[in-house]
Amino acid sequence: MTDLYIRTDLSDLPDARGYFGEFGGRFVPETIIPALDELEAAYNEAIADPAFHRELRHLQRTYTGRPTPISHARRLSEALGGAQIYLKREDLAHTGAHKINNALGQGLLAKRMGKRRIIAETGAGQHGVGASTAMALLGLECHVYMGTVDIRRQQPNVFRMKLLGAEVIPVESGSRTLKDAINEAMRDWVTNVDTTFYLLGSALGPHPYPMMVRDFQSIIGVEARDQIQALTGQLPDACIACVGGGSNAIGLFHAFRDDENTELIGVEAGGHGIESREHAARFADLDISRPGILHGTRSYVMQNDDGQIMETHSVSAGLDYPSVGPEHAHLRQLERAYYTMATDVDALEAFQVLSKMEGIIPALESSHAVAEAIKRAPTMPRDSVLLVNLSGRGDKDLDTVIGILGN
Amino acid sequence: MTRQSQGTAALDAMFARAKKQNRAAFMPYFCIGYPDYDESLCAIEAVAALGVDGFEIGMPFSDPIADGPTIQAATQIALEQGATVRLCLDAVRQLRARGLSQPMLMMSYANPLVAYGADRFVRDARDAGADGLIVPDLPPEEAALFADSCARAGMALIFFLAPTSNDERIEMATANATGFIYVVSLTGITGARKELPAYLTDYIARLRAKTEMPLVLGFGVSSPAHARQLRGLTDGFIVASALIRAWERGFDEMHALARDIFAASQE
Repeated sequence: MTDLYIRTDLSDLPDARGYFGEFGGRFVPETIIPALDELEAAYNEAIADPAFHRELRHLQRTYTGRPTPISHARRLSEALGGAQIYLKREDLAHTGAHKINNALGQGLLAKRMGKRRIIAETGAGQHGVGASTAMALLGLECHVYMGTVDIRRQQPNVFRMKLLGAEVIPVESGSRTLKDAINEAMRDWVTNVDTTFYLLGSALGPHPYPMMVRDFQSIIGVEARDQIQALTGQLPDACIACVGGGSNAIGLFHAFRDDENTELIGVEAGGHGIESREHAARFADLDISRPGILHGTRSYVMQNDDGQIMETHSVSAGLDYPSVGPEHAHLRQLERAYYTMATDVDALEAFQVLSKMEGIIPALESSHAVAEAIKRAPTMPRDSVLLVNLSGRGDKDLDTVIGILGN
Repeated sequence: MTRQSQGTAALDAMFARAKKQNRAAFMPYFCIGYPDYDESLCAIEAVAALGVDGFEIGMPFSDPIADGPTIQAATQIALEQGATVRLCLDAVRQLRARGLSQPMLMMSYANPLVAYGADRFVRDARDAGADGLIVPDLPPEEAALFADSCARAGMALIFFLAPTSNDERIEMATANATGFIYVVSLTGITGARKELPAYLTDYIARLRAKTEMPLVLGFGVSSPAHARQLRGLTDGFIVASALIRAWERGFDEMHALARDIFAASQE
């Protein structure tokens, strides 16, 4: 039986200052630094405590529905005539996305720390739903910041969060998307730091968040690595995942980090295409993206010449973010992971293809990863294996897709 | 009043003068580019003519996580007016050319400075006539980004302490700081407040027990009454949102508030 939650190898990055090579760190106002210290200490204590593991493992099994299966996308693979595509089905986790893994982990930690007021930010709404769900389960108060642009394009998730007892706080500042929701959540945290736990949803932000979120998501790769070997008798030739902040990708990649023959491929949102400048491809468009500091961490940031953060575009709200988790910047620099992008058009195509050929409606975020698999598979031998993280289900995106493709 | 010194030395002189007059130094905040470039310079000149002690010169950033709605809105306008790092440096240069003698501290979030080049910014800011740097998202553990270049240029690198800072944090900030310690009055973001927190006296005493550095209070300092309250308590104070809010009612309102606060600090 797969160990559902492993302690991260202590030799792993980040270092004591929260750096992955030259990326990461803690660039936040002094007011919340003591809270980050407290959080880091509580986290380290929790993961050294078998009781914490037992409780999380129990919830993963009996509540989230872990382990999630791996499905062989047989018809799709056959049609493409190359590599066999396997899907890690995080869409089948409770709430329909991988975000619940982190929400439950941090929720248990919040409870352990005696914090009763939880704040979160959300883009697509999947983390907001995951957080609202976990807080309903744990009996904690939940407030979710969400940009009004995202509220408009993710109505079903807004309703879900409210139904789950969370308060959804509309954010009107800036581009009114994920970036601005994080700004507001941080301002709330600075103000209410004594009583409040900030449940950050992706592998970004100040240390220890990138590490902690990765650890809570690493269950994806831990399970998948065993499952794919059991199914195919081999390790995958490549792991493919979409990258917004990058939590589902780092969760998948982490268990494969030492498997040198497994390529790690992150897929960013190409939006309307690189030349349009309307995208969220932080690693693909180095004219407007370079190392900088946003939301407490040093990583690649889409910005103008004057260091002002640029507005991004993606059809998928969950990838619509101008920076990327610092560990991804590090993996890219090491050339351990490779990053590419899929456009809105590519993702919408993959969304439909997977629905028709496999009976699985993927989230628009995950559709970016599927698009890369569709592109790659035909160039690879039939006995090769592509493992795609299907990070979420697409029901939440139906309004968006109907709006674009019509009925 | 002619300008005799620059950088940390200019700040030392500023605090010495205020101390001799038995008052806390008044350092108003103005954002370059709000409501437009020319008017922001006019405002700084007009308030400088009152004899205030120094200035925090705001440089706008698209994502100011430590700022409340008032400064968010003002800096957004400044960005729409085309304010850039270069323009902010030009502003300082121009103000010096017009004879402004008070210390000026450049306040910016880290990213625009990193984009400009941290070392290059410190050098250019000094050459323009600035005296130091305030970076609200740069805690002492990340100081390396600016510490060497500031030390070389004799520029002050200001660190913050907050009510949440424990003894270890206080030691870390004071060990790294030059110029003064920016004391955040409350756990929260910038913005005008009616009252200063009740714990202020104890809080300042706790910091005084740990450091000889001048203490400058900011966040929520808004009125002549506050300025009177701070006399004998802190070495200086910064007023930002309250001035911007007064300015929304007109330049004269803003100017009158700055005058009244300064007068109150001398009573």
